[in-house]
Amino acid sequence: MPNILKCCQCDKPATVHLTQIVNNKIIKVDLCESCAQVKGVTDPSGFSLADFLSNQQLAPDSKDKNITCKDCGFTTVDFRRTGRLGCAFCYHSFSPLIRPVLQDMHIATTHKGKVPEIVLSRQMAVAELQSLKDSLQEAIEKEAYEEAAKYRDQIQSFNDASESKKFT
Amino acid sequence: MIESILNSDQAELTQGSKKSSPVVLSSRVRLARNLTSAPFPERASLSQRRDVMTKCSGQIALLPMMKNGLFFDIVDLSDLEKQVLVERHLISRELCDIVSGSGVFINKEQTCSIMINEEDHLRIQFLKTGFNLRSLWNKIDSIDAELESGLDLAFSKEFGYLTACPTNLGTALRASVMMHLPGLVISDYMDKVTRAVNQLGITVRGLFGEGSDATGHVFQISNQQTLGESEDAIMSRLGAVLKTIIDHEINARFKYLEENRARLLDQIGRAFGILKHAHVLNSKESMNMLSLIRLAVDFEMLPESNRADIDRLFIECQPGHIQHAAGKGIEPDARDISRAEKVRAEFSHFPTLAFDKIKDSM
Repeated sequence: MPNILKCCQCDKPATVHLTQIVNNKIIKVDLCESCAQVKGVTDPSGFSLADFLSNQQLAPDSKDKNITCKDCGFTTVDFRRTGRLGCAFCYHSFSPLIRPVLQDMHIATTHKGKVPEIVLSRQMAVAELQSLKDSLQEAIEKEAYEEAAKYRDQIQSFNDASESKKFT
Repeated sequence: MIESILNSDQAELTQGSKKSSPVVLSSRVRLARNLTSAPFPERASLSQRRDVMTKCSGQIALLPMMKNGLFFDIVDLSDLEKQVLVERHLISRELCDIVSGSGVFINKEQTCSIMINEEDHLRIQFLKTGFNLRSLWNKIDSIDAELESGLDLAFSKEFGYLTACPTNLGTALRASVMMHLPGLVISDYMDKVTRAVNQLGITVRGLFGEGSDATGHVFQISNQQTLGESEDAIMSRLGAVLKTIIDHEINARFKYLEENRARLLDQIGRAFGILKHAHVLNSKESMNMLSLIRLAVDFEMLPESNRADIDRLFIECQPGHIQHAAGKGIEPDARDISRAEKVRAEFSHFPTLAFDKIKDSM
């Protein structure tokens, strides 16, 4: 019996076979009639195979490691199911999964646009404060109180300085 | 609640007659931004979403652009009012599906709208009639700068602005131009154009974005990729493609006129007759007929000033607008009667088509 192609959405026999060149790669998609209708494949003006594929690439993969975002609890399964992320920190948590997806989705995988200096300087300040807090904790644990006092003063002056330029 | 939006005499899309132009109806840029302090809207709890609303609202209210602007909380808008705002391209369909914890700021001129807690915490949009991407970018860039001075935005050096969907990552910039392309549609070139521009990373959609059809020969053409290129490069690339599409459209129109003169003039003449005299007019038919009349203006068969009237009718003939004007609870049949009445009244002021003045070439 010949091998009947199955719809990539619902496993019914595929009757619509699409081939399109996206970013210089030949991409083929097989769909059944009802899924083709739902996805708008029959309306060429409203359909972009590239858009459709951006969701396809996110289909669950058995080789996936199960990652959970420490910040919002989003999981690999959530990411594969929705194609979206839960919070800004997810980009850090899921970066090994995201990078390959971005390669096919965008021109390149790193940002070339504007950089909000003000946001970056805040991020650096937050990181610096965290590092001082970590050092303080470490000094207390070692009972190095003189060192701890030095970090406490640095944290205090850091807080005083950032109080004037507080943000939400 | 939205009466001031509908009755405004300064609304860009319906009153922006000065910059009305052939082929390009309007240009739009939008930026997606998120705060670091809460999960993205779909993942956030209602109280987190409310907190994002409070933080963002406080900052948006400070924008000089929003002086005398309006804010609508999604819970206060009826389904019909939401539909009207969608038809005016001031909010998205996605925002309409959200029950609470979201809202939108709209400036007085209806050129700028900022949605809170749509797919991202902030969706900033700037819109103008005509082909205007650069000046729109300068405006939205300054709004963005003012917002980021007071909000802790999610940004990474590697991925750029962090968004709920990775398709918007990086610049999170979507630049789009609404184009009237009857020449390409009538000559059967539109599929070819769509396929060609898709390969260049440009998306072609119908009047109301994803999944909508190309009623009225109106298409939204926008960049697909947002990461790996600067904002400037995105707009240059899109701009170059759009200029080519404009050239092809103009050529297609004159070629079709040359080869099918009687057929085209017949279509325009019939459209004019229908709009002037019909008593029942559905949305699709009105859009398709208005499209042919816009083409008649471009061919100089009607005065230039009528183009703005047609662009306004493109919006005011949408189902939500007709229903809102007629009062609530109107059936689709009554809506079609009401639409025909409105169009007849407008067209009673139009001069007759000057078939003898038709412009045969550029």
